[in-house]
Amino acid sequence: MSGILLLEQSLNGLQFGLMLFLLAAGLTLVFGIMDMINLAHGSLYMVGAFLAATFAELTGSFWLAVGLSLVGTALIGMALEMSVLRRLYARDHLSQVLATFAIILIANELVRIVWGPQVPLSTPPALAGPVQIVPGLDYSSYRLVIIAVGFAVAAFLYLAVARTRAGMLVRAGASNREMAIAMGVNIKRLFTIVFGFGAALCAIAGAMLGPILAVQVGMGESILILAFVVIVIGGIGSIRGALVGAILVGVVDTMGRAFLPALLREFLRADLASALGPALASILIYVLMAAILFWKPQGLFPARG
Amino acid sequence: MTRSEPPSTTMQRWIALAVLAAAIAFPLVARPLEWDFYIGFASRIMIYALAATSLNLVLGYGGMVSFGHAAFVGAGAYTVAILMAEGVASAWIAWPLAVLLAGALAAAIGAVCLRTRGVYFIMITLAFAQMIYYVAVGMRAYGGEEGLNLATRSAVGFGLDLKNDVTFYYVVLTILAAALFALRRAMGARFGRVVVAIRENETRMEAIGFPTYRYKLVCFALGGAVAGLAGALLANHNSYVNPNLLYWPQSGSLMIMVILGGVGYLYGGLFGAVALLVLEELISGYTIHWQLGVGAVLLAIVLFAPQGLAGLLARHRDG
Repeated sequence: MSGILLLEQSLNGLQFGLMLFLLAAGLTLVFGIMDMINLAHGSLYMVGAFLAATFAELTGSFWLAVGLSLVGTALIGMALEMSVLRRLYARDHLSQVLATFAIILIANELVRIVWGPQVPLSTPPALAGPVQIVPGLDYSSYRLVIIAVGFAVAAFLYLAVARTRAGMLVRAGASNREMAIAMGVNIKRLFTIVFGFGAALCAIAGAMLGPILAVQVGMGESILILAFVVIVIGGIGSIRGALVGAILVGVVDTMGRAFLPALLREFLRADLASALGPALASILIYVLMAAILFWKPQGLFPARG
Repeated sequence: MTRSEPPSTTMQRWIALAVLAAAIAFPLVARPLEWDFYIGFASRIMIYALAATSLNLVLGYGGMVSFGHAAFVGAGAYTVAILMAEGVASAWIAWPLAVLLAGALAAAIGAVCLRTRGVYFIMITLAFAQMIYYVAVGMRAYGGEEGLNLATRSAVGFGLDLKNDVTFYYVVLTILAAALFALRRAMGARFGRVVVAIRENETRMEAIGFPTYRYKLVCFALGGAVAGLAGALLANHNSYVNPNLLYWPQSGSLMIMVILGGVGYLYGGLFGAVALLVLEELISGYTIHWQLGVGAVLLAIVLFAPQGLAGLLARHRDG
């Protein structure tokens, strides 16, 4: 019984972690290459989810909607980069925080005007039911698909970054921007493309998580902080770090919420345990981050030497 | 400003005194006109000005980009609220305790965070603030997620009743004016000079022989303590505390006030709090989509007025 519960929660953690990875991958690239704190990353995730919900209603197909939302969000991301964010690269982190915080306010309000505070987005009917993966464990087939999509995107990202020319330029930009510029890389165009790419990843995460969480205004803010925790744990600018960090955060967070209250009950009075458990479970990933930063101030996989 | 004394210092001193006089006179005018709402609103602005000023000490003068300042405001607010719930209503016990607790919390968090720098410092202060936020959410005995109502405002004695909004206004004004005066003195004194010098060139200060880590920690803890005082006032003003006081967008708001007002300028926190809260109030009078307007104005300020409002007024940033 407990083994099955453990397996189920690990899968949940993996599923959540992989979606966090999609957010963190874009964030870590923007952060690492452009040295830019982009709080508005969560807004792109929100926009992606809302676009997916609209397209799903228009076309009637969930997967078509995910694809359309991906393209739409990438275009919006590139437009945002070219119009506003580009002017902020040379500025200090404070200005970037202020400007992208302003963009969060604007994006939230625009989404509220266009769509209202919340829209429905449901899982595709074919994936609505559970499947039996081991005897005694019926697991949501939709969550399994999320895991598969997450791994597929991670593999694609690895190939794109490690095996293509564009990926080489991205890595060059992340490890030493000035040198990359000096070697003739068109850094302006590269930034726009990377940003659009990051926005597309946001859209996938938003659209895939939409049916599980709620598609609502402000959905980006809570997950944004988790994505930042992930990239700080993984090491800013490192895709591999983002993957490891995301799975670590996803699993620790999910496991903590599932098992910590019960674990505490073994040691503490019941009322104290039920009061402490949820709080402690929420804190766990921040403790993890503080501990990792304490021993490895540059994160697990520092991108710069 | 405090960096070195520009020629217009006397001028600025007169303007500051004029503003102070206007602030003192405000309830005398507002009261007969029954602008009670605006007296409360002005108190709220001044409380946020105090919180933003405390962040300005850390962020502007100390150069430490703390993204978790709301935790200290929240710690102060919760200290007052919890003591009130336990039957301790005296401001003379609750407020100093709020200051001490917030300061001690800041000292503990700062001691760990100050080992990192740059972006990592921003993120780790944020992480600690989120921890405190979840502690507040987890305190079921004191409202948990719902928050906690205060039965009354703190009792100060001397025949003063804080439940009277005008009295409360003057108490807040006195504290804010005292804090700004103290900040001015502290930044002109040896402590302030050293902190600013560390911001400008830490390696050199260390080489000269200053214990830079200790100076930064004291600066960080002081900022937290003053934020705790602002929190104590805020709990009284709202007669209500909830975990949202500690949520990260609150830290973001305080940071925005400081950046908006002018990082490292004496009146930066004050300008920023006035500008942001008045802006919110004005735009929300026209449309429920006020965040759109606030966002647009903020964006315009970052893009076109990089030094903030105080920077616009001062023209030359001397350093």
